[in-house]
Amino acid sequence: MSQHDDSALMVKIRDLRFAHGARTIFDGMDFDIPRGKITAIMGPSGTGKTTLLRLIGGQLAPLAGSVLVEGENIHGVSRDNLYRLRKRMSLLFQTGALFTDLTVFENVAFPLREHTRLPESMLRDLVLMKLQVVGLRGARDLMPAELSGGMARRVALARAIALDPAMIMYDEPFTGQDPITVGVIMQLIRMLTDTLGITSIIVSHDVHELSMISDYMYMIAGGKVVGYGTPQELGHSESGWIRQFLGGLPDGPVPFHYPAVDYAQDLLAGVTP
Amino acid sequence: MQKRTQEIAVGVFVAAGLAALVMLAMKVSNLSSFSGQEGFEVVAHFENIGGLKERAPVTVAGVRIGRVKSVVYDDKAYEALVTINIDSKHKLPEDTSASILTAGLLGEQYIALEPGGSEKMLKYGEEIKLTQSAFILEQMVGRFLFDKAAEGNKTAEGAVP
Amino acid sequence: MIDWFQNLGRTSLAIFERLGCSGLFLLRVLAALPALATRPRLLIIQLYSVGVLSMMLIVISGLNVGMVLGLQGYNTLVDFGAEDSLGQVVALSLVRELGPVVAALLFAGRAGSALTAEIGLMKATEQLAGMEMMAVDPMKRVIAPRFIAAVLSMPLLATMFSAVGVLGGYFVGVGLLGVDSGAFWSQMQSKVDFYDDIVNGLVKSVVFGFVAAWIAVFEGYDAVPTTEGVSRATTRTVVHTAFAVLGLDFILTALMFGSD
Repeated sequence: MSQHDDSALMVKIRDLRFAHGARTIFDGMDFDIPRGKITAIMGPSGTGKTTLLRLIGGQLAPLAGSVLVEGENIHGVSRDNLYRLRKRMSLLFQTGALFTDLTVFENVAFPLREHTRLPESMLRDLVLMKLQVVGLRGARDLMPAELSGGMARRVALARAIALDPAMIMYDEPFTGQDPITVGVIMQLIRMLTDTLGITSIIVSHDVHELSMISDYMYMIAGGKVVGYGTPQELGHSESGWIRQFLGGLPDGPVPFHYPAVDYAQDLLAGVTP
Repeated sequence: MQKRTQEIAVGVFVAAGLAALVMLAMKVSNLSSFSGQEGFEVVAHFENIGGLKERAPVTVAGVRIGRVKSVVYDDKAYEALVTINIDSKHKLPEDTSASILTAGLLGEQYIALEPGGSEKMLKYGEEIKLTQSAFILEQMVGRFLFDKAAEGNKTAEGAVP
Repeated sequence: MIDWFQNLGRTSLAIFERLGCSGLFLLRVLAALPALATRPRLLIIQLYSVGVLSMMLIVISGLNVGMVLGLQGYNTLVDFGAEDSLGQVVALSLVRELGPVVAALLFAGRAGSALTAEIGLMKATEQLAGMEMMAVDPMKRVIAPRFIAAVLSMPLLATMFSAVGVLGGYFVGVGLLGVDSGAFWSQMQSKVDFYDDIVNGLVKSVVFGFVAAWIAVFEGYDAVPTTEGVSRATTRTVVHTAFAVLGLDFILTALMFGSD
């Protein structure tokens, strides 16, 4: 798993352990996220994909292990440095997380207003440029409540690139979107990566879309990395688990049934002699 | 533009709050009539002040001209020592007398001053010599009953030959 | 019996833990306050939604309470022939007790619940988390301006409540029931002291505002980020603020007016 040397790595995660109360989420995982590429992280629901993004963003602290972002341990740096690192990365939330009391324009302007002291005219140009990228320059005066789900995600994307980050993390960007929107978002992610050299991390379980767009893919299950490689490599994997996941088979290494006592025994237990 | 209306509304809000405070201070409370150190102080000894409190009104001919500033017990005279603050625009003759009265049957107690005929005026810190104590209901009732009983005894004695 | 003690113990520990959490939270809010000095605009927006939007409710309620006080006070006092004292009764009840307390209760219902719901929903829709990821501290950007706006609004609103209430009492007592206008004001002025009554009432409202603001922003920030969690937090804000205000009112009253 060390085909990349460290300078080519945007994020380097070693022996990551994390638990929600008594439930172990990550049980010693290693990830390498290469610079300027699209890396997908796949896994069944409830495997902690969103948690992983929050660990990388420094919003959660791991039980053990290290998360290095551009060579700096994000859980070991001071608050000021954490905020400095966060300006270099963006997290696109599943819901978009737009500020409901601000217009589309002000949403995109928000990080610029908070972190820069640009004159109003320059700020306006920048915001319109970002909105132009996602094709929503005409929607600048709408409120988030007036947007469709797909538009909200595009506005969130415009906001995410407002500060020209080095890395964008996408949390389930395709979930619940119609095919056209999915196509638009895929094209945008690809374009941002290729033209601006932005590192992208996508967590999702949309196998088809991810294998089309990603450069590298990780598969996680049960708190472990179970597969890694380019989409082609994974497609030829012999692992039963990967086959089940990629093929969408209902039963296999991941059982259809939640663990229970034997079916016949369970039914008979209700019969009182 | 929305920014402007918001700012105006907040301005109105703060102004209304301050106006309310000014109204409470000037119209509702005694801040306007309680002009602090202005005025001059005189003292008076009373045998018994009854229920007289600090800040009770001090009147002349029924008009309030000042307030009781403090009520303390004077160890040397074995009497109550009352300090009165009188508005500086008023003057009182030296032989003014002071009595503690009650407003209405159950009302608060206050000091009524009665100016005398002297040409000399009271000065800062001087004492009002002529004072009359508070009217104590229990004492009056007690004295009344005692007198009645004494009268009864007399008539009884007279009846017996 | 042992179970009962265990329950008691568990409940007490839970309460202490929550108090501890909210205390630490308060320290973080206070630490974020200085950052507001450079962003007065944030405060203006919150003063608008917390203060200005509560003003109408407070003014109408104050007027009503004052009018009822005037009517009831008159009916009681007239039996003793003491209706001239109406002004004093109305004013003292308002500035010492009803102004700060009722205004705080109304404030909790109007502004406190709205603050909790707003912050809770921002949390539920990941707006707060999003802000953190944009390297913007939600404490400084969201919580602190709302907190300080509530703290500042409360005394202003309570003062308005009392002032309008006195006018309501005047309207009923003097206007409708025929109490002498001069007696109404002079009795009031002779008995209401600026420092003992009005300033103490103001101190009360500052304390209540602080507590109401603290509870509202804490419950919102601490809400379980779901629809149900936010609605529960909103209810808790109103209930806890009511208890806190009534309890503190007793303590403050005992401290301020007890020795008299």
